[in-house]
Amino acid sequence: MATLTKALKPILGRQLGNTAKVFGASVNSQRGKPTYSGRIIPPPAKYGGRHTVTLIPGDGIGPELLNHVRELFRFSCVPVDFEVVHVDSASTSEDDINNAITAIRRNGVALKGNIETNHTMPSNHKSRNNLLRTSLDLYANVMHCQSLPGVQTRHKNIDIIIIRENTEGEYSSLEHESVSGVVESLKIITRNNSLRIADYAFRLAREKGRRRVTAVHKANIMKLADGLFLQCCKEVASGYPDIEFDSMIVDNTTMQLVSKPHQFDVMVMPNLYGNVVSNVCAGLVGGPGLVPGANYGRDYAVFETATRNTGKSIANRNIANPTAMLLASCLMLDHLKLHDYANMIRGAILTTMNETRLHTIDIGESVSLHHCLLLKDICTSSK
Amino acid sequence: MSIAARSAFFHFSTRLQPWTGLKSTANNLKSPAVCCQRKKSSYTPPPAKYGGRHTVTLIPGDGIGPELLNHVRELFRFCCVPVDFEIVRVDSSASSEDDINNAVTAIKRNGVALKGNIETNHNLPPSHKSKNKLLRTSLDLYANVMHCQSLPGVPTRHKDIDVVIIRENTEGEYSSLEHENVPGVVESLKIITRVNSLRIAEYAFNLAREKGRRKVTAVHKANIMKLGDGLFLQCCKEVAAGYPDITFDNMIVDNTTMQLVSKPQQFDVMVMPNLYGNIVSNVCAGLVGGPGLVPGVNYGKDYAVFETATRNTGKSIANKNIANPTATLLASCLMLDHLKLHAYARMIRKAVLKTLSETQLHTADLGGQGTTSEVLHSIMQEIQRGGPRTTEQI
Repeated sequence: MATLTKALKPILGRQLGNTAKVFGASVNSQRGKPTYSGRIIPPPAKYGGRHTVTLIPGDGIGPELLNHVRELFRFSCVPVDFEVVHVDSASTSEDDINNAITAIRRNGVALKGNIETNHTMPSNHKSRNNLLRTSLDLYANVMHCQSLPGVQTRHKNIDIIIIRENTEGEYSSLEHESVSGVVESLKIITRNNSLRIADYAFRLAREKGRRRVTAVHKANIMKLADGLFLQCCKEVASGYPDIEFDSMIVDNTTMQLVSKPHQFDVMVMPNLYGNVVSNVCAGLVGGPGLVPGANYGRDYAVFETATRNTGKSIANRNIANPTAMLLASCLMLDHLKLHDYANMIRGAILTTMNETRLHTIDIGESVSLHHCLLLKDICTSSK
Repeated sequence: MSIAARSAFFHFSTRLQPWTGLKSTANNLKSPAVCCQRKKSSYTPPPAKYGGRHTVTLIPGDGIGPELLNHVRELFRFCCVPVDFEIVRVDSSASSEDDINNAVTAIKRNGVALKGNIETNHNLPPSHKSKNKLLRTSLDLYANVMHCQSLPGVPTRHKDIDVVIIRENTEGEYSSLEHENVPGVVESLKIITRVNSLRIAEYAFNLAREKGRRKVTAVHKANIMKLGDGLFLQCCKEVAAGYPDITFDNMIVDNTTMQLVSKPQQFDVMVMPNLYGNIVSNVCAGLVGGPGLVPGVNYGKDYAVFETATRNTGKSIANKNIANPTATLLASCLMLDHLKLHAYARMIRKAVLKTLSETQLHTADLGGQGTTSEVLHSIMQEIQRGGPRTTEQI
């Protein structure tokens, strides 16, 4: 049924959405069954052995960098086709993002650029990125922050995995102004989601052979909310006696990160702290242009840059750093079990970064090197 | 009653204080008069007490607080600073709020306080509120100001940092309003009000103007919390319109922390709600050398409380004579400046900085071998070497 849908795709075009809804149930149930260890099964290879991945260009530097990803994939003969879905950040209707969500449900995997959220628009205009994450229940945002040897930073040899709860917390978008001039913003923490993310964190730590998980919280002030999160982490920790568990308050964490980041191994935390901590770590290893991020749900996975920058000021000037987006596409290839291609591209990127030392402006190269040159270098290295 | 009579009554009741248990009633009698006197003009420091000596409330707190504040008292006695301390102990494990209420009353009486951090045990039930927070909200200490400067002589990865962080101190995520309507689902309320946002923005721009600063940056997350941080940002913009000589811009908190870690020199004055202020001030403290170096102040309309900027209890290093006294000492210098005892403040500050930079006597947190008492001793020697304070012209 899945292959029939795919074959009919170019012919039926727009009506595909409806067809997917009819067939969707069977496709999803096949995909949704986790194995005993809870790993997600990648979407089955489509017609011709090629995967289809949803591509959401986004705004700012997203479109150009994702074009480069497509170019590189074509060059490397990667068996992945992209289904491009444009989302207009300026329009108030939610049709665009709903189409994108449907496409991701269909394909199971997506690669996206950041969609701009204009905060001068009325408050009922929700953040598109947030909508995407909550509709697809992409509950875990994973960012693996590693120092790249060829990049000049003040701290060396950082290797931290940050797991951030991606659907609730301060990003609930539930706010109201009961009394004029007084705004209440709700931060939601639930037991289910906290247990789920803690479980994900410990399982990932075990899989990757990590020794310690640190929960980051502010339970001295938000006793019920972060207290619940911390308690859930402790409960899950008791089921993993081989992994050490400790907790740290978020302000102390950021201070320690800036002075001694090597003490951290795996970190798990609610949404807002995750946002801040992942940006601090990205800053430590060289900036937003270097770190890829992945959003995992039970059935879907969406790959993007870790710090989700739109980069409006550097858009279309050929100076953006493509590393983060390319490494994100490698993570995606790993997810689709196309490990050879992933390793090849990753090896080429790291060679360019470390040995050839071809750097873009954000990593402090004094000569402005265009990222096209960078890509050319990656292509030649990957041959 | 004439002013003289009123202040005489005030002195009299303060003198009576150690011997009678009537201080609370005495307070009630005199406080309206004292408050009126204070509120009339722009803030004037509390009047010098009997004999020209100021009285300052001292709250030792937990962890390294008591030992460091003892050192401050020792140093003040050594330098003949005309300040007496009224010590109020607060027991962090007691569930009753009497301790902290006594402290609040003492601060209302004296107007100025120096405190160590009071531990908040998060294993206690949620009805047990954070004592530090209670203090800040009861006294309406709405502005927390931290001036983060790279100190010469302290090895850090970043140089020449000079950032003033102004953090809203009473509302935001620290409202302590949480409830569990459905079991397993907790709602925590973050409150942002127009009045408080305007007030803190006004404070920030005023301070920037006074100190000759060029730029104020508001830190927020209005792309996600559109109403909450949107209101904060809007208030900042409104206030900015009244200060055309100062540049105003804004930045989202995640980008701010990333920029702080790579290029902190781009920031000048920053204003933000409570939680972001907590995180950003800790990042900045980490950048200039750690929690042992930066003093912080909590200002209200009528009161001022001085403490270390990062509010650490330091339980693990308590009573081991290895804590860094710099932050607490610099906080006491800020307090002396507030009481208009500038000469003493300069003298002590100079001695502290000289010990850090020239003598290079560092405690363990800065990678050195010195103990707290050695550092204190060195500071006292510096002060002695500097001669009597009247000859100091800095």
